[in-house]
Amino acid sequence: MGARTGAGALGGGLVISARAVERRYGRKRALRPVDFELSPRSFLVVTGANGSGKTTLLRLLVGLAAPTKGELEVRVQRGALGYLGHEALVYRDLTALENLDLYGRLYRVSERRERIGMLLERFGLWDVRGERAGSFSRGMLQRLALCRTLLHDPELLVLDEPFAALDADGATLLDRQLADLRETRTIVLSTHEPERVERLCSDRLALT
Amino acid sequence: MLAALTAMLVGSSLVLVFLVAPEDADQGLSQKIFYFHVPIALTAYACFGLGAYKALLLLWRKDERYDLESYVAIHQGTIFGVLTLATGSIWAKASWGHWWLWSENQLVLFLVLFLFYTAYFMLRFSLEEGPRRANISAVYALFGIVLVPVSFLAIRLAENVIHPTVFTREGPQMTGTMFFTFCVAWVAISSLAYTLYRVELLGKRVDSNLRELREALTS
Amino acid sequence: MRYLADVATLARKDLRLELRARDTLPAMLLFVVSTLVVFRFALPEGADELAAQGLLWVALVFTALLGLARAWAPERESGALEGLVLAPTDRSAIWLGKSAAVFVFLAAVELVALPAFAVFFAPVDLSTVVGVLLANLGICAIGTLLAAMAAVSRTRELILPLLFLPLAIPLVVGGVGASISEEPEQFLAFLGLYDAVFAILCWASFEYVVSE
Repeated sequence: MGARTGAGALGGGLVISARAVERRYGRKRALRPVDFELSPRSFLVVTGANGSGKTTLLRLLVGLAAPTKGELEVRVQRGALGYLGHEALVYRDLTALENLDLYGRLYRVSERRERIGMLLERFGLWDVRGERAGSFSRGMLQRLALCRTLLHDPELLVLDEPFAALDADGATLLDRQLADLRETRTIVLSTHEPERVERLCSDRLALT
Repeated sequence: MLAALTAMLVGSSLVLVFLVAPEDADQGLSQKIFYFHVPIALTAYACFGLGAYKALLLLWRKDERYDLESYVAIHQGTIFGVLTLATGSIWAKASWGHWWLWSENQLVLFLVLFLFYTAYFMLRFSLEEGPRRANISAVYALFGIVLVPVSFLAIRLAENVIHPTVFTREGPQMTGTMFFTFCVAWVAISSLAYTLYRVELLGKRVDSNLRELREALTS
Repeated sequence: MRYLADVATLARKDLRLELRARDTLPAMLLFVVSTLVVFRFALPEGADELAAQGLLWVALVFTALLGLARAWAPERESGALEGLVLAPTDRSAIWLGKSAAVFVFLAAVELVALPAFAVFFAPVDLSTVVGVLLANLGICAIGTLLAAMAAVSRTRELILPLLFLPLAIPLVVGGVGASISEEPEQFLAFLGLYDAVFAILCWASFEYVVSE
């Protein structure tokens, strides 16, 4: 029986504490037991081959799934978590602006309109803000997803292979964004190219 | 041990029903089926209730162990539900000459429950194994147990207004011996259900332990 | 209250999506009218006016199924459901917002279906209308939750009717009873009871339907 506890459960100022955390789906083991700890304002890079459980681990961290064994404590409230997964998690038939407005309301973002405008501009989507997300290219969708992830200024950022779907411009923007946030936020990032974030990262976790 | 007790109980109830209990003046031999039909029905309810209880425990304590227990209980409940329909139908044929009676509220209720719990299995088989299947099955099991009283009320209402009956059936007047026989039969059937529940649960647990062992050895 | 604001945000989102896509609502409208016409030909001459009342409810239940099958389609297409689950909102608000939107769609369909029925078959009285409204609540409550279950299953839309129909039987009893009985109050009260009981159950258990 696994446990995942939320804010306020940790001592020692840790943001994440994982002990023998694993996740199975019936017979399949999606994530082998893993142990690690993460302090505030660190940058954890998660690497591993396909199928080693990177995505599963990240989903466990943000609470999209619960561990089947072990104990996982994430000392961040749901509203302060930012997650970027493989899918953009936006509505195809809503415009970029409407999508962000929806999430802005749900996350109770203060000065919503200004913040949305700022993010759209930062990621080069201001001109297409009134277009349906369904008409976006893969790279643009990923950039919109990034806006969604950063909209509520999360304390803990969890990014699952964020560079994979980005075009070259988008990747540069993300590099810059990560460098900006490095000092003040805690970041967990999974990737196939760890060299890209080598100079930023403080912790490494290799999954088998 | 449990199986032996069950066998003894079932055996003695059979003896009581067919040899000891007096024959009903109106219905004769066919009335004897009541000694089985009613306990089977009650046992089915009990199984569904147990399944719902285990489902609640699963959602509350988040221990996956309860998933299998809930599933097996509902499985048993469905089997006994089918038996209820069968014995009820036999009784209806023997007493009224029809294989089915819409006026029999119990039977109609079981028909609705049968549909519901069959969908339970289809739902389960269409979901990937894992915590999500366990959660969804549990929620559905809770819906089921709430459906029992609600459906019963609905059928009663329907009976009175939408399909008023021509026949009225008096409840069986039970003598002392009959009542005793009934109780023994009830305990016997319950014991049988519980034994089957334990057997199936054990079998499935052994299966899954074997699988885990095999995995651990090969990885 | 923040909770109600979230529900309103989500319901508004669904209404906006439907207004833009315009696929589900027209289909439901056409379906219910076609079904009523089919029933006209299915009922032999001299059939009771009462039988027709029953058929109204059959039409409504199956039209609802049509709409419910598509209820979670926008969330499924782009994984947006996970986005909602991640948000700090109560998971039950997701269910309530979606149910509210489905209620609006169903009510819109009934605004057409009831007059059509009155024209094709028999006049519709107040107790029928109240019955339809109350049954709507139940249909939307359980239908939305069951549709969410169906959405994550392998068989998708196929399984929704199997899950929905047994639970809908009491609603049909309540509705038909309200239509034809001399004392509709008991049936309407029953519908109210059904709605209350199952709404609470749905509200409390939706969290578990969307979480792993």
